[in-house]
Amino acid sequence: MTTSATVATDQAPRPATIRTVSQHIVEFVSDSGEGAQTAGQLFGTIAAKSGNGVWTVEIIPAEVEPPARSRAGASGNRVRVGTKEVTNMGDTADIVIAFNEQVLYSRIDVGALKQGTMILLENKWAKSGLPGVPEAYAEALADFARRGYVVVEVPMEAECLKVVKDARRGKNIWCLGLLCAVYDLDMQHVEVELKRKLGKKSAEVVANNIALLTSGRTWGDANIEMRFNVPVEPTTQTMVVMNGNQAIALGAMAAGFEVCSMYPITPATSVSHHLASVFHRSGGFVHQAEDEIAAIGFALGCAYAGKTPLTVTSGPGLALKTEFIGLAVMAELPIVLVDVQRGGPSTGLPTRVEQGDLLSVLFAEPGDAPKIILAPATIAECFDFMITARKLAETFRGPVMVLTDANLATGQQPFPRPELKEEWLAPPIDQSAWDRTVRPYEWDPATGLSQRPIPGQRNGNYVLTGLAHDEHSRVAYESSINQHSMEMRSRKLATLLDSLKPPTVRGDDTGDLLVVGWGSTLGAIDEAIDRLRAEGHRISSVHLRYLSPMEPGLKEIFARFKKVMTVEINYSDDVNAAGFTAQNRRYSQLAFLLRAQTLCDVDCWSRVPGSPLSPSMIENALRTHLTKG
Amino acid sequence: MFGLKQDWQLDEKARHFVLEDYEGAAPRWCSGCGDNAVLSAVQRLARDLQLVPEKTVTVAGIGCSSRFPHYMKTYGFHGLHGRALPVASGVRARRPDLDIFVATGDGDCCAIGTAHWIHAIRYNMKMVVMLLDNNVYGLTKKQTSPTSRRSFTSNTHPQGSLLSPLNPLSVTLGITNASFVAQTVDWNPAHVYETLKAAHAHPGLAFVRILQRCPHFMDGHFQDIQDDPSKILLMTHDKGIPIDPSLKRLFKNQVVHDPSDLDAARRYADTQDAVPIGLFYRNEHAERYDLDTARGIDMTPQQRMKAVDAELDRFLV
Ligand SMILES: Cc1ncc(C[n+]2csc(CCOP(=O)(O)OP(=O)(O)O)c2C)c(N)n1
Ligand code: SF4
Repeated sequence: MTTSATVATDQAPRPATIRTVSQHIVEFVSDSGEGAQTAGQLFGTIAAKSGNGVWTVEIIPAEVEPPARSRAGASGNRVRVGTKEVTNMGDTADIVIAFNEQVLYSRIDVGALKQGTMILLENKWAKSGLPGVPEAYAEALADFARRGYVVVEVPMEAECLKVVKDARRGKNIWCLGLLCAVYDLDMQHVEVELKRKLGKKSAEVVANNIALLTSGRTWGDANIEMRFNVPVEPTTQTMVVMNGNQAIALGAMAAGFEVCSMYPITPATSVSHHLASVFHRSGGFVHQAEDEIAAIGFALGCAYAGKTPLTVTSGPGLALKTEFIGLAVMAELPIVLVDVQRGGPSTGLPTRVEQGDLLSVLFAEPGDAPKIILAPATIAECFDFMITARKLAETFRGPVMVLTDANLATGQQPFPRPELKEEWLAPPIDQSAWDRTVRPYEWDPATGLSQRPIPGQRNGNYVLTGLAHDEHSRVAYESSINQHSMEMRSRKLATLLDSLKPPTVRGDDTGDLLVVGWGSTLGAIDEAIDRLRAEGHRISSVHLRYLSPMEPGLKEIFARFKKVMTVEINYSDDVNAAGFTAQNRRYSQLAFLLRAQTLCDVDCWSRVPGSPLSPSMIENALRTHLTKG
Repeated sequence: MFGLKQDWQLDEKARHFVLEDYEGAAPRWCSGCGDNAVLSAVQRLARDLQLVPEKTVTVAGIGCSSRFPHYMKTYGFHGLHGRALPVASGVRARRPDLDIFVATGDGDCCAIGTAHWIHAIRYNMKMVVMLLDNNVYGLTKKQTSPTSRRSFTSNTHPQGSLLSPLNPLSVTLGITNASFVAQTVDWNPAHVYETLKAAHAHPGLAFVRILQRCPHFMDGHFQDIQDDPSKILLMTHDKGIPIDPSLKRLFKNQVVHDPSDLDAARRYADTQDAVPIGLFYRNEHAERYDLDTARGIDMTPQQRMKAVDAELDRFLV
């Protein structure tokens, strides 16, 4: 982080020591509506903009207005800051800013704290008039001491009230000021970001916020001794920082999409929020349909008329879109469908991460419905894959599914600013005359590929149908035609597969254990494996981006390892748990596919904690497999 | 419009279209099926208006009536049961240059597709929507439809259907932003033609319910109305559907109804003792969503790139 060159405030005693660390994890937690999320995001942005590696994770309450001072109501943000690139949320927090002790317990419950974690805790509860509250607070303090946390009681509200009338709104910014003291941040930098965040708010609101920020900083300088510095490595690269859903939105614009047709669903909605606020500037629009079925129907209407559309959803919406996805496969209409996965089945865990949709994306449609499935693993890939996805949808004339998840959706990460290319944009709708000798599904027998006429193209007139059809798009019930057309639609995947390279193995090419992952777990798996390799274990990993067709060369790679297993955030039976055996256990989703694909005895370790997997969770799980041999 | 070559326009002037230019595959509907009459009316209308075949798109769901696109030689989209309207809206979204006709059945529109029906009416995107209402599910072989009369015996209600029919006209007229609602009967080709012509000219979504005979499953179902012209209430008005003088003589039961009067339209839609035909309601100034969805279609790649670049810059570190 950019440490200010000059002394920040003159009344502050300079602390004796600044500890330099290569990475640090900070959490903000409050009741819902107290702004911890905003403060966390701001802190993340500030760190990223000053050149640090950053990964942020939102702490989201399940309800919009949960009760105050409740574990269930905890809302906030985790920000992991590093000197180098940060690829995941990490393990336990170094500093937690908590607006009450109950929301802090929600973090303790999920193992987010460790001995020595510094807690900056609002102390107004000690003298609260609310029945039972001072007692609960005192009890918690004693408990925190037993657990070995370093608690600093902070008069957040009292200090805020010296600056503003309503401390509930503004405490978050005061705390941001406090953190500026702990990390000795350049206040000019911070003010710029704060003002940017406040946008068009009135001058009075801006002035109040700056005053709160300054007050927090001053209090921190005077009262907190601990100072940390996360050094920045100089870089010449121009970077941008955003979360995965923003990256999808911007990637969609860069990829030349002009239509996003959607129905709101967490955690996918914010893609359309971002798009809706800016899409018109590049000539696009967001259609909020009456439901997910209509959303994809509308999208396919656009596709038919010559504009490859985007639709964005999550599990339950995906289920509703199924019949239309089948039509897109059958009638070969290009469409990109982003599935920001959340916990399932049914309404499941709406705000939480899971990688549980892989098999349903692959198999949900009745009959055989071959389609392309991509899974970005980083925020930068969320951007890049939108460009790839549109190209693939058009070249291979069918749906391309992009699977992200709640972790990527809200995780912020800096990455090199993409250089836009005009060729990424969609070409104008072709209205030249169609060669009347070319049939609307003139499948190249070698590749399954064909060209499609667009309304307006003279001599191209055809009637698209979801019924079995021949190359003229005529309804056809003949068995030979059905067999052939199914083969042609499948052959497209074989054609794409031929153009793919085997994935690269991270670590040695041979060893005791190979871990296979996909999607947002990349950073955590890498970090876990790096630690185990540092201890001398012969462990490597591959991370898949193409899930359909599955990347080539896997069987050969797997054969070089004694054991292969996947790490995933979806449910599988734990073979060691009572009632499960090697015979009756159900595997995690990627493992299921890899076993079928490679005939290798691929094992799995998967969990559904409703949060990203931390490196140490993965490390511990892998360690047991390594020691079992 | 950006990307649409303008030179076809010259070319098109030299083209003259005849009925055959709109005739696709030979219709496979049962003989006497009312769908045949509607198809031929659309084909004649297309010819008379010289609609450019490759600029015309017919969209349908699934059902006997939804086979419609296959029998036109234009572009067509025979999609999913109940989902014709979202697809048609999507086709329209970025293509103000196309003529769009939607064919949908009473099951397709008024049962499985109900949500889309309501919202498509509200979106009011320019297209002609033909509800081919035979009061039964034809394709799946005689099940009760939402518009089936009470006590109708079908394969799903062999003891007779239990509920009174849903009235698609009063439903449509109850939807915010409905802008064109008419009714006609398949056995009166002149009236079908004039109704569809007015619908096509309408700047918005024109909803036309067409009572359609299904001799296969509903033999004689509309016979009473056919035999007795007094069972039809002919709505006439200067601003309504133009009426052939012969029709005026045939249908004695007439009423002058001003199609700008929504309250009266709703009353006539609820007529119990006769079948009202004609134009219930027309508002040429209703909001049109397709004017919004088409914004930006003529931006150049350079303009688009510039805009995306500016957005990316807002995220610079
Ligand atoms: C999702 C789905 N459910 C059910 C069907 C079966 N189905 C096809 S057409 C139809 C009803 C057709 O009735 P209608 O829309 O009135 O058209 P008609 O055949 O009478 O012209 C049904 C239930 C289907 N194709 N898809
Ligand atoms: S079953 Fe009825 S609706 Fe279907 S084609 Fe035959 S007559 Fe027409």
